[in-house]
Amino acid sequence: MSCLGSWKEMPIATLIPEPGNSVKYKTGSWRAGFKPVIDHSKCVKCLMCWIYCPEPAIVRKEDDSVEINYDYCKGCGICAKVCPRGAIQMVPER
Amino acid sequence: MGKRLGLTGNEAVAYAVKQADVDVIAAYPITPQTVIVERLSEYVANGELDAAFVPVESEHSALSTVVGAAATGARVFTATCSQGLALMWEILYIASALRLPIVMSIAARALSAPINIHCDYSDVMGTRDAGWITLFAENVQEAYDNIVQAFRIAEDPEVLLPVMCVHDGFILSHCLEVVEVLEDEQVRNFLPRRDRPNVLDPSKPITLGPVGLPDSYMEFKRQQDEAMKVAYRKVKEVGKLFGELSGRYYDVVHAFGVEDADVVAVCMGSAAGTTRYVARKLREKGLKVGVLKIRMFRPFPKNEVRELLKGAKLVIAMDRATSLGGAGHPLQMELATTFYTWRQKPLIMSVVYGLGGRDLTPMDIERMFNIALEYAKKGEVPEEALWLGLRE
Ligand code: SF4
Ligand code: SF4
Repeated sequence: MSCLGSWKEMPIATLIPEPGNSVKYKTGSWRAGFKPVIDHSKCVKCLMCWIYCPEPAIVRKEDDSVEINYDYCKGCGICAKVCPRGAIQMVPER
Repeated sequence: MGKRLGLTGNEAVAYAVKQADVDVIAAYPITPQTVIVERLSEYVANGELDAAFVPVESEHSALSTVVGAAATGARVFTATCSQGLALMWEILYIASALRLPIVMSIAARALSAPINIHCDYSDVMGTRDAGWITLFAENVQEAYDNIVQAFRIAEDPEVLLPVMCVHDGFILSHCLEVVEVLEDEQVRNFLPRRDRPNVLDPSKPITLGPVGLPDSYMEFKRQQDEAMKVAYRKVKEVGKLFGELSGRYYDVVHAFGVEDADVVAVCMGSAAGTTRYVARKLREKGLKVGVLKIRMFRPFPKNEVRELLKGAKLVIAMDRATSLGGAGHPLQMELATTFYTWRQKPLIMSVVYGLGGRDLTPMDIERMFNIALEYAKKGEVPEEALWLGLRE
């Protein structure tokens, strides 16, 4: 169920002994049926979605174009809401 | 033999904290605990104690401050009671879950309303499930001794839990007694500084107090439960070691006359002395009564209670707090669970006394024992608690 192991093996005191390991926590599994999809023909690289996304799920590339990392996208739909060009649609998964 | 000083309960606590050489004190004054904080601020101001004294704006901040300080590895202390303890409530759980060895003194006082500054355990009983080791003192000497032992227990690498040391508001906090204190040197040797894993250090970064969602929360609680079990053993061990040092040996309970008693009164704090006094008089008249004092309320000393009360026909649960609308009152519920999950089940009679500082007189206690002896003979107990000293 969890990669953390038995309570006897876990570090005590709620502590996380390894820094910067939150990337191991894949929040993508939280999506409940919808995922954002970018229509790059409409995108003007304003980066609003990148600023508003609460997870590290909008990936900003060298040329300021954006992509979605579905390992971390929790499907909240904020990016679709804030995109001034309507370039992001929430589409049903499967 | 150590030095003998005339100290009130509060002064004895402050004296022990000074000897423990704490690094950080954060506290907010509240009657009847105030003198502890005053003395400690004097010790810091006049250079007797090299510590940071943080005069915070509330008890919520007091406990938050010592949580932060303890997380950096400091030895810390705070004190409060009543409304102040209630205001600390959410941080109590954080202190224990982060496994911080905080020592806190409580000069037990009733909760409002009505506003009341006198002793009962409604404040402490509200923390029953907060994961703190809880020790009660019967007199000023024990208030001093408990604080010294508390640091040793809390900082044990196998325990790492906060400890709450309770002494009765006014009855002990303001009562002057002759106290035998240890030498500073002895206390320092008794409380060596120890490493622990939950210390924030920039050269070895860790995260303390992150989210722990359904995939990890239960495991952390199970660890705390285990730490309490270890603490049970350690409180006994430290009580013995402290005895070797001071000549005053401590266990998690203290029994008087229980071996042949039909009726045993179970109580905590300063009531134990008065109850023993009455029990002794009644025993001289041939009545088979005894007293069991609970020194350690958390973890609850189930083993000793079962062993020492196995011959009793009737056990009196003397509660200085109520659980309004509950199946019983706090100590009564502990005892009921202790016995119901075991092979032997004495009758348990519930007594509520001393709320808001209502005096507990030897006459009240004698009446209580006599009523209990009658019920023991009949083999039954009343459904409702007996409220001692109440105007009916
Ligand atoms: S749906 Fe939410 S989490 Fe996913 S990319 Fe958009 S803003 Fe980020
Ligand atoms: S908010 Fe819309 S337009 Fe702006 S970068 Fe994101 S997808 Fe492109």
